[in-house]
Amino acid sequence: MANLKDLKTRIDSVKSTRKITKAMQMVAAAKLRRAQESAEAARPYAERMNAVLGNLAQGAAESDNAPRLLRGTGADKVHLLIVATSERGLCGGFNSSIAKLARVHANDLIETGNTVKIVTIGKKGRDQLKRDFGDYMIDHVDMSEVKRLGYTHAADIAKGVLSRFDADEFDVATVFYSKFISVVVQEPTAQQLIPASFDAQEASSVVYDYEPDENEILDDLLPRSVATQIFTALLENGASEQGARMSAMDNATRNAGEMIDKLTIEFNRSRQAAITNELIEIISGAEAL
Amino acid sequence: MADKMQFDLVSPERKLASLEVDSVMIPGAEGDMVAMPNHAPVLTTLRPGYISATNGTEVTEYLVTGGFAEVSATGATVLAEQAIPKSEVTKEVLQEFLDKAKVELEAAAEHHQSELARRVAEHDELLIRHGA
Repeated sequence: MANLKDLKTRIDSVKSTRKITKAMQMVAAAKLRRAQESAEAARPYAERMNAVLGNLAQGAAESDNAPRLLRGTGADKVHLLIVATSERGLCGGFNSSIAKLARVHANDLIETGNTVKIVTIGKKGRDQLKRDFGDYMIDHVDMSEVKRLGYTHAADIAKGVLSRFDADEFDVATVFYSKFISVVVQEPTAQQLIPASFDAQEASSVVYDYEPDENEILDDLLPRSVATQIFTALLENGASEQGARMSAMDNATRNAGEMIDKLTIEFNRSRQAAITNELIEIISGAEAL
Repeated sequence: MADKMQFDLVSPERKLASLEVDSVMIPGAEGDMVAMPNHAPVLTTLRPGYISATNGTEVTEYLVTGGFAEVSATGATVLAEQAIPKSEVTKEVLQEFLDKAKVELEAAAEHHQSELARRVAEHDELLIRHGA
């Protein structure tokens, strides 16, 4: 049976671990609320943008002089995967599930003879993909300095992606992120950015006058839409990360609690055993006299 | 209430304004336009300039740097990349926008240059008008 002192130290150490995970859970809960708020605040813009583009794109997609961002390069050989993950760990399966989805996707593409290029956002995703796909990685965006995610960050990433597209470095761009559904459910998602695709049913029946003409508006809006979609993805990711961390830390706290209970029982038993032992010794000593 | 319209100003990060107004002046890419209730549906891109929403005698103004506006019979929605209330606009802010536009112009690929040059000129004009 374990030494009493050892047990005591173990209980204390698990207790302090529980304190830390509890604190992290509460911090994550507070951050989650903020992240959800900003994701919600950004929604009207993204929805409007999509509706308008859906409308415009329907008419323009068939014509030959549609913008390249909509039409694509005419090939789908070179794929750019933008993998957005977090900068910090301890958030359950959040990073792994995004990395896994990206990995499956990348392997499929490679097997079918396509070329894959990977841009990672956030340290964790890069670390996980580096071993298998190190040779395909062309860029990494460091977000560790970013305290509060702003549109400018997404715009900068989009600018990088668009300049690669202009330089014919890839044909299809897909962003990988985790969609926030609830605190316990986050869904890793792949979304195609270039060539742009829109839901047809979003198109409304109103006929608009366009100023300047459709194609010029599309030229102006499509790059913005790429930035907006990246921004949305990053915001969703932010909320998902906090949600995942919250439930992971909740689990950890509960586990620590169970462990403490078990150790305490063991501790009490050992103490009782020691006392009984001592008593037996005293009694038998007294009898011998 | 047919002579009022809904005016929304939305940036990628949040909703900046949502009010009932009599009319909105929008700095469209091909010239300023005033949208009033029952305006025909129009979609236009924006050039850098001021949006002003008039409600009775009350005028609310915002500086926008780009984006687009959607006007329909019942309202106007402006999706601006960046919008700042006019009271917060200073020479420094405008100068910063101008500098940024210049940097972008220099870095841009050839087929974007004419458009970006126009932006630089527009920012320049805003700065000059601010001083006047």
